[in-house]
Parts: sequence; C-alpha cells; structure tokens
Amino acid sequence: MERNDEELVAAVRRGDTASFEALVRKYQPRIFATARRYARRESEVEDIVQEVFIKAYQKLDTFRGEAPFEHWLMRLAVRTCYDFLRVHQRNREHAFSELSEPEQDWLERFVQDPDQAPEDAAAARALVQRLLDMLSPKARLVITLLEIEERPVKEIAALTGWSVSLVKVRAFRARAEMRKCLQKLKREQYL
Amino acid sequence: MNLAKLQEKLLAAARLDRPSEAVPYAFEQRIMARLARVAQESADLWTVWSRLLWRAAAPCLGLTVVLVGLAALSGALQGTPLTLGEGLETTVYAVLTEPAD
Repeated sequence: MERNDEELVAAVRRGDTASFEALVRKYQPRIFATARRYARRESEVEDIVQEVFIKAYQKLDTFRGEAPFEHWLMRLAVRTCYDFLRVHQRNREHAFSELSEPEQDWLERFVQDPDQAPEDAAAARALVQRLLDMLSPKARLVITLLEIEERPVKEIAALTGWSVSLVKVRAFRARAEMRKCLQKLKREQYL
Repeated sequence: MNLAKLQEKLLAAARLDRPSEAVPYAFEQRIMARLARVAQESADLWTVWSRLLWRAAAPCLGLTVVLVGLAALSGALQGTPLTLGEGLETTVYAVLTEPAD
C-alpha cells in the first residue's frame, strides 16, 4: 500500500532515510517545472532542484504538518529560486543587445499591427525571456508568480514569506520596472 | 508605440510557455547519494573533532604531571596543610587574613 506524505515524513524523521526517496520521486516534476521558470541552463535547474531537496531533508524537523507537505516544499522551492536569482544577476544590462532576426521580425509585426503578432511564437517567448532576465530578482519573482503563473496575492505572500501589502507594493514596482525595460527597447530603436 | 500592449502581449506569451516537468533519468538516486554524502560529511566533522580532543588529552596530562613534579621539587608544596578541610579553610580565608599579615 502506498504511504501518504505524513507517513513518509514521519518515517524519515524516525531515521528511515529511504522513505525520503518516495517524496523526491513524487514532487520532483513540480520542482523541476518551478526551477525552469527561473534558470535557463539545465545544469542550473538540476542544481536548484537538488538544493531544494537537500534543504527539505535538513529542515524536515521544522515541518509542523499544519499545511500539506507540498505547500511547505513549494515555499522552500520558491525561496531557493529567489536565492538563485540574487546570486546570478547576469546579463541584466545587455539582454536587449543583439536581438535575433525572428525577434526583430516579431517586433516589426507588432509595430505594424499589435494584434497580428502571435503570442505563441518562439520569438515572443525568447523576447519575454530577455525581458525577465533584465528585471531585478524581486521584480522577476513577483512578475512570474503574479502575472505569469497567475497566483493570488495571498498565495504569493505565503510562498515568499512577504506580507500581502509588500507583495502588492513589489508587484506595482515590478510592473514599472518592466515598462522601463521596454522603453529601453524602444530607445535602442527596435520599436 | 503602445508599450502597455506590448507588455501584455509578452506576458501572454510567457503564460502560454509552460515549463516542462521532465526529470532526468534516476535523478532521485542522485539526490539520495548526495544526502548520504552530506550525512557522511557531518559525521566526519564529529569524528575529526573527537580525534583532536583525544590527541590533546595526552599532552595536557603530561604537562600536568610535569608541573606537579616541578612544584614538588621547588618546594611550593611544602608547608601546605595536611588535611583537605584545613586546605579549604586556608584558601577561603586567605583574602581576609592577608591584610593582617
């Protein structure tokens, strides 16, 4: 019979390390998907996921069981991704230099007729990735959780450990930061 | 140029781009191996610490023996009270008796 999360956590706490493997197997797809929102290279994604599970194992005593294990693990994952962003603040200045040809084509199409530029195009995905790379870690985290994953503010507060009002303030600032980055794109005469 | 529209369009593109949940082959085994290594490393720290303590014990004991021997030879131990009670009393009252001397 398959054991539930609480039983597995209790077993790990009793010293049965092997039970942790079942938890890893169950939640690793979700953690991988989360990590891929913030890191591009697959080696970085793997490092983030590994760190999340190592931290989870080491901090398992702090899991009080008031919320589901999955929520606790996701909080840990989001904070680990945020730490990753803070450490790897690379290419923030140069993200819009040297746009590829498809990206320039997509922008030209948008300038001619905004409704004609398809949202599901690879060029649009590449552009938004550049835009996200230019944001500060705080702004990127809040934009990802609020605008891209469309999570409620309360849930974001729980995931990040920020207060609800702080999430709102940071979301407002993040949108402004994003507009500033787009203005840069305009200044560089892509638009 | 409508930047707000562009922002909305790009965010919509990001929403459509759902990250993959693919996991590398046997990744959970890699995690378990790493956990075993981490546990081993922390156990190793205790082993090193206790080994250092045991190594420090022998020189400390030797130094104590040498100091006691030197004190005995130099006569520092001469004239000390014979019983433990007398010794304690002398030590406790040493501060009080000193000014009178």
